[in-house]
Amino acid sequence: MKKIFAFAFIVLLSIPSSIFAQTLLNSKVPATQVKTINGANTNTSTFSNNGKPIIIDFWATWCKPCIAELDAINDEYADWHKETGVKVIAISTDDARTMGRVQSFVREKGWDYDVYLDPNQDFQHAMEVINCPCTFIIDGSGKIVYIHNSYMEGDEKKLHEALLKAAGKK
Amino acid sequence: MKYIYFTVVFVTASVFYAEAQILNGEGQLHGSIEVDAQYYNPDPLIGAPAVPEKMLMNTYDQLDYTNGKISAGIRYEAYQDALQGYDPRYNGSGFPYKYITYKQDNMEVTVGNYYEQFGSGLILRTYWQPALGVDNSLNGVRIKYNPAKGIYLKGIIGDQRYYWTQGVGLVRGFDGEINVNELDSAWNNIKTKIIVGGSFVSKYQAASDPTYNFPQTVGAGAGRVNITNGGFSFYTEGAYKVNDPDAINSDIFKTGDALLVRTGYSQKGFSLLLSGERIDNMSFKSDRTAIKNDLDINYLPTLSRDETYQLAAFYPYATQPNGEQGVDGEVKYKLPKGSLLGGKYGTDLDAEYSVINSLDTINLNDKATSDKGYTTKLLSAGQTHYFQNLTFEIQHKFSSDFRLVAQYDHEYYNMTVIQQEPGSPNIISNIGILDGYYSFSSAHTLHVEVQGLQTAQAQGNWAFALAEYNFGSDWFLGALDEYNYGNSTPDLRIHYFTVTGGYMHNALHITLGYGKQRAGILCIGGVCRVIPASDGFTLSITNSF
Repeated sequence: MKKIFAFAFIVLLSIPSSIFAQTLLNSKVPATQVKTINGANTNTSTFSNNGKPIIIDFWATWCKPCIAELDAINDEYADWHKETGVKVIAISTDDARTMGRVQSFVREKGWDYDVYLDPNQDFQHAMEVINCPCTFIIDGSGKIVYIHNSYMEGDEKKLHEALLKAAGKK
Repeated sequence: MKYIYFTVVFVTASVFYAEAQILNGEGQLHGSIEVDAQYYNPDPLIGAPAVPEKMLMNTYDQLDYTNGKISAGIRYEAYQDALQGYDPRYNGSGFPYKYITYKQDNMEVTVGNYYEQFGSGLILRTYWQPALGVDNSLNGVRIKYNPAKGIYLKGIIGDQRYYWTQGVGLVRGFDGEINVNELDSAWNNIKTKIIVGGSFVSKYQAASDPTYNFPQTVGAGAGRVNITNGGFSFYTEGAYKVNDPDAINSDIFKTGDALLVRTGYSQKGFSLLLSGERIDNMSFKSDRTAIKNDLDINYLPTLSRDETYQLAAFYPYATQPNGEQGVDGEVKYKLPKGSLLGGKYGTDLDAEYSVINSLDTINLNDKATSDKGYTTKLLSAGQTHYFQNLTFEIQHKFSSDFRLVAQYDHEYYNMTVIQQEPGSPNIISNIGILDGYYSFSSAHTLHVEVQGLQTAQAQGNWAFALAEYNFGSDWFLGALDEYNYGNSTPDLRIHYFTVTGGYMHNALHITLGYGKQRAGILCIGGVCRVIPASDGFTLSITNSF
């Protein structure tokens, strides 16, 4: 019996601490391949903002609430950037059908965001996004500190509060 | 006993080695949960059948673990039993999706189930769309390799998910992409960006038909070019498939091809996008006897606008894999802020037109000889009109608290072809929509939609109204009514009334509804599923962690 316990104990010890996992909140953004708006391959591990927070917003050209949210953020973007240095990354989840519309859509809108395409939904799956819009705040150390799924008018104010908190301004 | 100690030492050593070499990051466990349940009341008037189980439920639950170079995941699905409208072959539960991925520098290997897409998907796209009941994931091996700057290679092999089993066919594929600007650092700053790609896919299915000499191996190839220069963009992709008799093309021995062209110009406040598409005999499935959405290897995108408003999406188009050709054009313009019509916030204008016809074909009547079925005339539109849609949309923000969207659609819909119901009328409809949002305060907002669809065919005119109230920023209450006031049968002038309420907090989303749902078609990306009429309670829960 003793030997079995000893065996179990040794096995337990041999499990490295790093196996004990973290969930989405407080973890880093998973490294996944996405495309730039011009179609070039790039990796989400290149997302950075010099220690300032990042907002990652999953949207699609056919998703009305997503567009309303990104329009609403765009109206405030200059102020938010001044306050916190935030950068907004908009991930288009448009698939093979509508991905060809994204580039002209974004340019016409005049959004000042970094826009990437995720047509195979690899990043969307890695971030466990079920529905659009889904908004994340990444703090200066690269950790996910806020998740919000759905958008109703006025939700950008909630996002702003969370952003100030993430930037240590509140 | 010696063996046990040996094992312990070996396991310990290897785990530490693994930790140092591979699991060098911090372990992360992510997941998501989705539950959709419905309680059904029979309602013969709207065509809702009696459901013997009374309550049905679908659930999809994902768990992913990442540590350093390794990631692995698993998805549990249960259909107890499958919701109405889903194929009953889904009934049951299990783990249909499992994978392990190893990433190192310029290489990535996945074993198990995976989703992949080459170019626009004309010859390969596997994806998961639970709302449509589509999961054609490949089960096998995928390797991605980046041998030099700007060169991206992918190789795949596997068989496809078919409900709770795997399809009988084998799929093999290769894709190469060259990003010309990345090849040489000096080309990186050139304003013109060029990406070219090519792919090849072959499927194997044993054949032993007594009458037909079916090809066991069917190959398909595709090439693509993407050029952008500032606001200008051009994309084209062409695909070719050798003869592939299957249930969709009525077993003809004809080759297939597809061409997609898209070009546009855009700048802040203006965009123009023109697209054209021609598809001829491009159904590509890993089982030649499969029908509907089963075992699709490729994906044929639809040109027309992806309508989201309830009545504008009443008669949605579905891509015709046996043949179609069409064009689509869209112009958007923003009346600038501060201009007479732009007001304080600007006004967005959007106009789009698309038309899709049959191919111009000549029947060969060669069933007894070459059995190619037909030939087509290039650059000549067919006589049969499949679909046409003209849309105008205006969006104006009146103040920081109030904005309004108005949309008008004129649509032609060939029900005989699109719903494959011979003898159905061609539906010509006019649709008007008003969609308004008003904020009382940051935590109290109201969303109201009023829509009308006017047509002389099928069920006649429909009206739709929706009101949603969002309060306390986490809660919402909504009510909607869809009313078939123009039905030629007075008894069928039915109100489909539904109330919904929900709670949203962070990633959690709970929605409870009660009411009637009309029979219709749900389309996402040109792939459609029939939704049967129903009456009862619905509950939906989603969460990510």
